[in-house]
Amino acid sequence: MFSTLQFLQPWEPSLAIQLLCAFAVGLYITGLVKGRRSGHREGFWKPFAFLLGVTLMYFVTQTQYDYLSQHMFFIHRIQHLVLHHLGPFLIALSAPAAVLGRGAPDSARRSRSFLRPLWVPARSAYRILQQPVIATVLFVGLIFFWLTPSIHFDAMLSAQRYALMNWSMAVDGLLFWWLILNRAPDGLTPQLSYGRRILILAVIMPPQSVLGAYIALSKQDLFDVYAVCGRAWPVSPLVDQQIGGLVTWIPSSMMSVVAALILLGFMFREHRTRRSTPSPAGPPGNPLSSTTSV
Amino acid sequence: MTSKCRRILISIGLCLLLAACGDGIDWQTKGIAGLMPPLRFTLTEDSGSPVQAKDFHGHITLMYFGYTHCPDICPTTLAKLKAAIARLPESAAQDVRVLFVTVDPKRDGLERLRTYTAAFGPQFVGLRGSDVELTQLTKRYRITYGRGKPDASGNYEVSHSSAVFVFDRSGEARLMVRDSDGVDALAADLERLENKT
Repeated sequence: MFSTLQFLQPWEPSLAIQLLCAFAVGLYITGLVKGRRSGHREGFWKPFAFLLGVTLMYFVTQTQYDYLSQHMFFIHRIQHLVLHHLGPFLIALSAPAAVLGRGAPDSARRSRSFLRPLWVPARSAYRILQQPVIATVLFVGLIFFWLTPSIHFDAMLSAQRYALMNWSMAVDGLLFWWLILNRAPDGLTPQLSYGRRILILAVIMPPQSVLGAYIALSKQDLFDVYAVCGRAWPVSPLVDQQIGGLVTWIPSSMMSVVAALILLGFMFREHRTRRSTPSPAGPPGNPLSSTTSV
Repeated sequence: MTSKCRRILISIGLCLLLAACGDGIDWQTKGIAGLMPPLRFTLTEDSGSPVQAKDFHGHITLMYFGYTHCPDICPTTLAKLKAAIARLPESAAQDVRVLFVTVDPKRDGLERLRTYTAAFGPQFVGLRGSDVELTQLTKRYRITYGRGKPDASGNYEVSHSSAVFVFDRSGEARLMVRDSDGVDALAADLERLENKT
């Protein structure tokens, strides 16, 4: 029905998303080019993960895919899987801070003092959101919140609430995976020990599985907004709901396992480098934990 | 730190509560004040003249999307609307308009549409538009429709939204009537809306 080009056109264009994605990719590529000149090589996988993460998040919000998400429950669940799990996960995994920093023009760095009044409240808000317990509760809580049937109904009716829902998922996803996968101390993000990170990943799994299983196995149509507003193509409400429940249940929980394996990989690698270099080093990436975590 | 967090969480909770309120009326159907935009469209009336949303200002307006070949749900819904309107006081009943927007303009010519809607009562108006006009309107109310594959005799089914949208006299979106909402609930809410505005 759609040609590819038509499919790539935004269903509901959002200037904010388009500018933000263009800005992120522009800054990153500039950073890569500048870095290459000064001898910083990023290899293939990190830029690949970063660009794939941004592209996926753009794709599910700024193409006709968004139309399908508004009119099919399981496609909406995949959209949130990308916005809250996969996209932010890839972006955080690529550890893009250094490249993005190199990409910023010098003038921007010099004019930083203008932003100082904003900086203090932003930093305290960030610290609060990245407090491990709050971050964990927020990550799982948002999934439950937007899947509460009455709240979900209204979010699907109102363009503003729909946008709020998707933004909140994307921002929370970025915060959470940044906290979990961050390795370079930036003086802001709490540097949790690998054990605590894996504990958080384990804690978020059961509630997501229970919620996904409850939706997948439910015998009644929990999210009737899709019937009320019309589905993108004729599928029985329960089949749509079962697939959507499975998406909430299995891949979301799998992300925890994948992330934990990656963290174990980081741990072993750091352990090996520490053993081969005799210089005294603190616990793995953990110099700030006593000051920043509560 | 913890009391600060608590304060922040409480204020977030309060904001959400406030946002959930809408027009604060305990409707029996679904209240959608503040969730959906005011009525706006440009279509063709079943009489053949072009028509805009503002032509219906001053009336309580109900809008429903369907098609005349629809086997069950459209006639049932329109009959429900008719029954609810019949329960209103005479003057109020005459004041209501029901817009039946066809999502199958290919088969629903103006005349067919006129005959179909007239069978339900004088308040019922058939509306027809081009694909672009129709998409603009359905997108505005975040609903969709789709046409199935034609069978051997060229008949096809059309999937469409089952919701009826209710707008007050100034064209503001107020209620959404779902399949599960009965005639009693709708009649009560229409009367309330009639008295309120």
